[in-house]
Parts: sequence; structure tokens; C-alpha cells
Amino acid sequence: MSSLAALGRSPADQAGCTEAPVLRERGQREVFCGLTGIIWLHRKIQDAFFLVVGSRTCAHLIQSAAGVMIFAEPRFATAIIDERDLAGLADANDELDRVVGQLLARRPDIRLLFLVGSCPSEVIKLDLSRAAQRLNRTHSPDVRVLNYSGSGIETTFTQGEDACLASLVPEMPASVTSAPALLVVGALAEVVEDQMRRLFAALGIGPVAFLPPRRARELPAVGPNTRMLLAQPFLADTARALEARGAVHLPAPFPLGAEGTTGWLRAAAGAWGIPADRSRAVTEAGEQRARIVLDRHREALAGRRIFFFPDSQLEIPLARFLARELGMRPVEIGTPYLHRAHLAAELPLLPRDVLLSEGQDVDRQLDRCRAEKPDLVVCGLGLANPLEAEGFATKWSIELVFTPIQGYEQAGDLAELFARPLVRRQKLRV
Amino acid sequence: MQLAVWTYEGPPHVGAMRVATGMAGLHYVLHAPQGDTYADLLFTMIERRSARPPVTYTTFQARDLGGDTAELFKTAALDAYRRFEPEAMIVGSSCTAELIQDDPGGLAKALRLPVPVVALELPSYSKKENWGASETFYQLVRALAGPHAPPPGTRRGPGRVCNILGPTALGFRHRDDVREITGLLGRMGIEVRVTAPMGARPSDLARLGEADFNVVLYPEVAGQAASWLTRTFGQKATRTIPIGTNATRAFVEEVAALAGIDAAPVLAAEEARAAWYARSVDSNYLTGKRVFVFGDATHAVAAARVAAEEMGFKVVGLGTYSREFARDIREAAKLHDVEPLIGEDYLEVEAAIQAAQPELILGTQMERHIAKRLGIPCAVISAPVHVQDYPARYSPQMGFEGANVLFDTWVHPLMMGLEEHLLGMFREDFEFHAEAAPSHLGGAPAPAPVAIAEAPAGPAGWTAEAEAELRKIPFFVRGKARRNTERFAGERGLASITLETLYDAKAHFSR
Repeated sequence: MSSLAALGRSPADQAGCTEAPVLRERGQREVFCGLTGIIWLHRKIQDAFFLVVGSRTCAHLIQSAAGVMIFAEPRFATAIIDERDLAGLADANDELDRVVGQLLARRPDIRLLFLVGSCPSEVIKLDLSRAAQRLNRTHSPDVRVLNYSGSGIETTFTQGEDACLASLVPEMPASVTSAPALLVVGALAEVVEDQMRRLFAALGIGPVAFLPPRRARELPAVGPNTRMLLAQPFLADTARALEARGAVHLPAPFPLGAEGTTGWLRAAAGAWGIPADRSRAVTEAGEQRARIVLDRHREALAGRRIFFFPDSQLEIPLARFLARELGMRPVEIGTPYLHRAHLAAELPLLPRDVLLSEGQDVDRQLDRCRAEKPDLVVCGLGLANPLEAEGFATKWSIELVFTPIQGYEQAGDLAELFARPLVRRQKLRV
Repeated sequence: MQLAVWTYEGPPHVGAMRVATGMAGLHYVLHAPQGDTYADLLFTMIERRSARPPVTYTTFQARDLGGDTAELFKTAALDAYRRFEPEAMIVGSSCTAELIQDDPGGLAKALRLPVPVVALELPSYSKKENWGASETFYQLVRALAGPHAPPPGTRRGPGRVCNILGPTALGFRHRDDVREITGLLGRMGIEVRVTAPMGARPSDLARLGEADFNVVLYPEVAGQAASWLTRTFGQKATRTIPIGTNATRAFVEEVAALAGIDAAPVLAAEEARAAWYARSVDSNYLTGKRVFVFGDATHAVAAARVAAEEMGFKVVGLGTYSREFARDIREAAKLHDVEPLIGEDYLEVEAAIQAAQPELILGTQMERHIAKRLGIPCAVISAPVHVQDYPARYSPQMGFEGANVLFDTWVHPLMMGLEEHLLGMFREDFEFHAEAAPSHLGGAPAPAPVAIAEAPAGPAGWTAEAEAELRKIPFFVRGKARRNTERFAGERGLASITLETLYDAKAHFSR
């Protein structure tokens, strides 16, 4: 591989990719901004509303990303900044207060309001944290107002969730006990969350809480007794904020596939001092079920070469799952941001001969992709159809954020997401 | 600040993208933060284009804001030129870059690229998508055709060569409208020199002046460029939008006048099937149907005319989200004697629809969803639209075939509505109750005896004679007749329902 040679690295000189050099690129990035996180976060926190303070572009982005969801009385909207707001900042603050008043009058069921910063609001330095404080005085105790930034200049796609959850951390009550408590961090589909709760209960791990909670008033407590398990790889700021309040991170692979899920559960079991045979007894049935289902997709996927464009930071755990449990061969794994500490349990499991890249120069990355001729390309919707037209099979990556993919019972569904485009190409005779 | 859940139009740079993506050999360098590339998927997913839009984004991030964003722009522009080797480039800012006040035009000029570079000023905080498309096309036409302008006072007689102006990427049915109108012009013996922006190269725009007149299909995009061409090249432009049979005939006459030819042979040879369909007795039930129309001004005005003149509907509401064309809507609203609705707050549109109580809504994607919520039939006549309205099949809105498409598209949800109404009415009948097997499958025999033996409901008993008479009433109105009669008897405290009661009730309710 020429790209590896360029990095001065021979394929066999490391165990996994822990010490692997990373190709860091800057240039045009074909990625979403953090505002997009709103689309799944608002489904998760059922009494929260997300008000983007931004431009018409932000509103247009949200409606393009939300698709048809926008019509079901969604709990998100945009306060569109116009010329009058740009004339003077005091005016913009008054305007924001007016819009929030209008909104809350329309939606009295809302308990938590996020003011979400965007590129325009950041650039004109509209102070949304002060606005949130001010609005809290007006609307408490009925509504709590918080703020975070989902701007493209600061956040990439799933980092919007990170920023949102980090803004919740100061709101969490302090724990009053010293007994260890487990905190699972990262929005998971409810079905996944419920499965995990059952597994933790069977392992004898508890109490267990999830961040974000399903309702704004159910924020879990945090303190030095908190042991946190990250359910998603994109939570750098949230983890840092939780650590600042005493929480201890449990290093683990991410719960994707049979191996990842077992590793993830075992990290918690270890912290609770649960004997290996007991934890194996709990996880065995699920692990076995997952492996049986994965075997069905092995034929379609084994030996196939896969190329990841950067999108969500899920790329590295996904590549690990596809390589180790389905026999796929990752060629390049692009990620918008590579957090070594949180991926410490993932990197050693990656095949050695893979190119890791962080950041993007999309045209150059497309050149590399075309040169490698992978069997499957994981990329965003802006690239997917153009690459299909060039003859590549693609898997659009956004689906991996919206679909329940974590845990034993979803391992087969996750494999199918990658197998389907390849199977479809075989089926079509046109 | 304006609270928006839904926007009918994107920001103006998306309009510029529609022009650039529709053309070939043109590249757009857009000074924009990371994330603005979301707009690519409008083209690759909704319109299902098979190539990336020809747009390079500078994707600046927070750490770049210290000072080298201008450098970033220059690098991106130079890289884009080297990689794509376009015939011409357009450069500009998205909303955030507008705030940081780099000057893409000046920066690009400093690069001294060997191709024309057109700088765009698109004010994102006051203007919108269609304005952006219009301004972009106008600036391109000025820059590329301008150098070939004839000396002032040059006369231009009628002639048989025209340009088609207005179609873009992501336009509602632009692809098929162009084909339909090009075919119609061809049958009139008129040659199309340049179709732009869609399908044109920058070098084609330089040849716009070779035509004798311009056919403007979408004034939202091409109006400004066309009037500049009228002033500068003396080319007249069509004003009629050929949507609907009558408008298409008027368009043919207008074009014939501009080309100095006789319209009669074409008008004698061409006819939309829709005109006959609307006259056929099956369409009688369409008479006076109340219709609410909303969309971009061009499509809304055209649709209202077709609805009133060619379908026999009654227009009970007319509106647009395009403020630039508010005057057209106001004039049309006067013709239909309705209050014009101008604005882009879809909650306001929903309120107006509820107040007007239409039986059919003609609108955009948003009105489709409003209609769904209110349970009213609806057809789409204008952008913004979703993926299903970029169909694989041929489906123009313009010309005679367009009129056929309109007829089918608008009547279809109404037929569906009638079907649904009938099914609802029949639901209680023995042949249509929930458990009955479909009659065409010839399965279980209809449980007719049970239905007949069924004891009459309600306090008043039916006499045998009245019951027998009721059974002579066609099954699909029988249930209603039974209920009405029982209500009538109940309200009057009658002990039994006789033949007399049945007909008294019929007379009472038939008023």
C-alpha cells in the first residue's frame, strides 16, 4: 500500500494499531456539523426542546437531515438571525428572549430547553450561556435552559451529542453515597438500553443509570463513586466533565458485535469484582446467539475490502467488529477525530496493515479510495451515489447512528447493514 | 429573529449551487465552515444525481478564525482550479463566511486564474434560495455574454432562434419541462440555441446573444437575466408560463409573434388529452370542488388558472412563499376573488387552509403534510419537494403533455378521496363489513340471510312492511336510511316505524 509506505511503516512491525502512525489531513471536509445530533437527541430526551440560534442555512440543514420527521410536532426549531440582529447585539438578545417566550407558550410541555449555538452565533459572539442564565431566571422552575454549541466550526456530526451531554453534567446532582454506581454514557436506542439493564442486573451490577436520561428531571447523580462506561466513542468532552466531578472511566471496547459487547460488559463486571465464570455464565447465551447470526453474514462479507470515510468516530470500533467477527479487510479507516485514550481497547484489535486517517481532504481521500478499489465504501450521502455511479458499492454511514446497532441482539442487524449493499449488487441485473 | 420549524427556501448560496450543479464546466468555490457540505446531498439524494455537485468548500474551523481563513480560501480556489480545470469559476461566501468578511472575489482575482472568475455577493441574512439562483445566473450571463453585446441601438427583427432560460438543478420537473418545450418549439420550426443554466457550459452562455429572443420558463431564476438580455442585446422574452392547456396555447401564440411565424398550424395540430378528459361526464363531480393553492409564485398562479378554467374547480385560497413575486399573486388573487397569502410561515399556511376548508390542496411538500394531518386530498405543484417528485418517468408540468400530467396528478387524490368516502359509507353493509371475503375472490358466500334477519336497532320497532321496503333501498345508502329513520322516529317518540314513517323521514332529511 503506497499510503502506508508514505508513512514509513511496514505492515508487520506492530501489534494492532496502538502505535500506528496516523495520516492527519486538512482540507475540504465532507461531514455534517454537530447540529445534526439534535435529530436523534430530541427523540431520546422526551421533554427537551432544541432551539438552534443560527441562520437559514442551519434551519435548512436540520430540515434536510430530519426528513419527514419535521412534521410530527418536532421538538426542535431554529431562531433565524436576520439583518436586524446583526446590527447590534443587545437587540439580538431581546429578540432571542421574545422567540423563546413565543416557543414556550406554544409548547408548555417542555421542561428543558437547549439553546444550540451555530457557526453564525459563534462568529458574532452571541453569548448563549448568558442568554441561558437570563432565560432561566424568567422561566424557572418550569423550564431549565441550557446551552451548547453544535456549530460546524467546532463540532463534527456526533460531537454535537458530546457537547449536549457535557452541558448536562454540571446539572447532575452530586452523589450522596460512596457505594459504587454505574453510569452508562451516550444515547442508546431504548431497546438497547433495556437489554443492557437486564444484563447488568443479571451480572449483579448496580445501581445503573444512563446519560442522557429519557426525561430531563431524571438526571443521574455523579461523584467519586461513579464508574462510567462509554457507550459511544465520541464523548471526549462529556467524559472529561464527568471525570472532573470524580467519575472514573472504565476502559473498554465499544459494545459493537459479540466480542465488543462482552468486552464492554466485562469491564463493568471487573470493576464490580464479579468472578469471570459468573460473568461468562451471564454473557454466554447472548454471545452465542450473536455469533450464530453473524455466521449467516460471513459469506457475503469475509475477505471483502472496506474503506471508511470519516463521519461519526464510530469508524474504528466498526472496523474492528467487521474485521474480527466477519473477516472483512479494512483498507483505510478515516475518522473525524481520533481519541486514543477512549480507543485504547480498540486499537490493539485492529489489523496491522490498515491506514488510519484523521481529518480529511476529501478529494485526496477520494483519489486514495479509487486507487484502492475497495469492495465496500462507508461514506456520507453526499458521496454515496456518486461513488455508486463510479462502480463502488457503498454503505451510507448516517444510518449507523440512527439504527440500534449496539449489544448482542443487534449484532446481526449491524452486519446486515454492511452485507445488504453487496447482496443487492449481486441481485440486480439491470 | 424569526422562529422557524420549516423553511420553504434554503439560503441564497444553495441557489448558486443549483445554477452551478445544473451547468457543466463551471466550478463554485464556496467560503463556508465545516458542515455546509450537507447541501450536496440535496443533489445526490433528492435529485439522485450521479456526480458530486461541482462545489469546493473551504471548510474553515474555529481554529482557523485567528487569521488565515483568507489563505485557506486561496488554497482551496487554486486546488479546485487545478483539479477540475473548469471553463469558469464562481466564488462567494456562505452565511458564516459573510460574517468574517474575507473577500472571495478579491482573493480569487489575486490568484490570476486563466479563466473568468465571477464573484457573487449573496446576502444570506436577507435573501433566500431563489434570489441566490437568480443573482448567480444574472452575474454569469453579464460576465460571460456581456463582452459579446452588440453596439447600442442595434436592431433585432423577429427570428426563429431562441434560448430557453431558467431550468436549474433541483428544479421541480425542470428536466422534463425543458424536453417538452424544446419539442414544442421544434414543431413550430424554432431552433433552441442555448438552454441555460441547466445543461449549458460557460462557453454556451457567451453565445446567448446569437438567439433572436428568449423563452423564460422560470422567472424566479431567469427573470433578471432575461431583462438584462432585453436591454443589452435587444432580445425580447416570453412572459407566458406554458402550464395548462390554455396557457400553452397562449405561449405558442406569443412565441409565434416573436418568431414572426403563424401559430395556427401548431395550434390546430396539438391538443392536450386533459381538455377532453375534463369534459367527459366522469369529470362532472369535479365541478366547484374547493381548492387551495400554494407554492412558488409562478406555479401557484398557473395552477390557480388551470384549476378554475380547465378543471372547473373553485379557487378558495392562493398564496406564495416568494415575496419577490408577491405582486403576481396579488393580481391573480383578485381574478379568483380570494385574499392573497404571502409569507413563509407554514403555520400561517396551515391556519389559512383550515379556515378555507378546501376539498383539495395544491401545494408543496409542506402542504402535502398539512393535508395529511387534516385528512384533505392533496397534489404537489411546486418546490420544495421530496425525492418522489424527481420521478424516473417523464412527467413535465409544461406544454400539452404537462397538461395531461396535471390532470392525472390532481384528479388522482380526489378519486382516492371518493373511493375512501364510498368505502366508509359501505363499511356497515353486509357485503363490505370487516369480515367479508373480497367478492372477486369468490370465497365464502355473503351472509345475506343474517343481515336480513338482523333485529332492527333503536327504540322504535320496524313493522314488517317498512322493513321490507327498507331492503329495496340500494345497499350503499341503506344503513344511512335506517339510521335517519330511527332518529326521526326517536325524536318524535314514535312507537313503531311504518312505511309512512320511512317516507316521512326520507322527506324530512332530503331537504
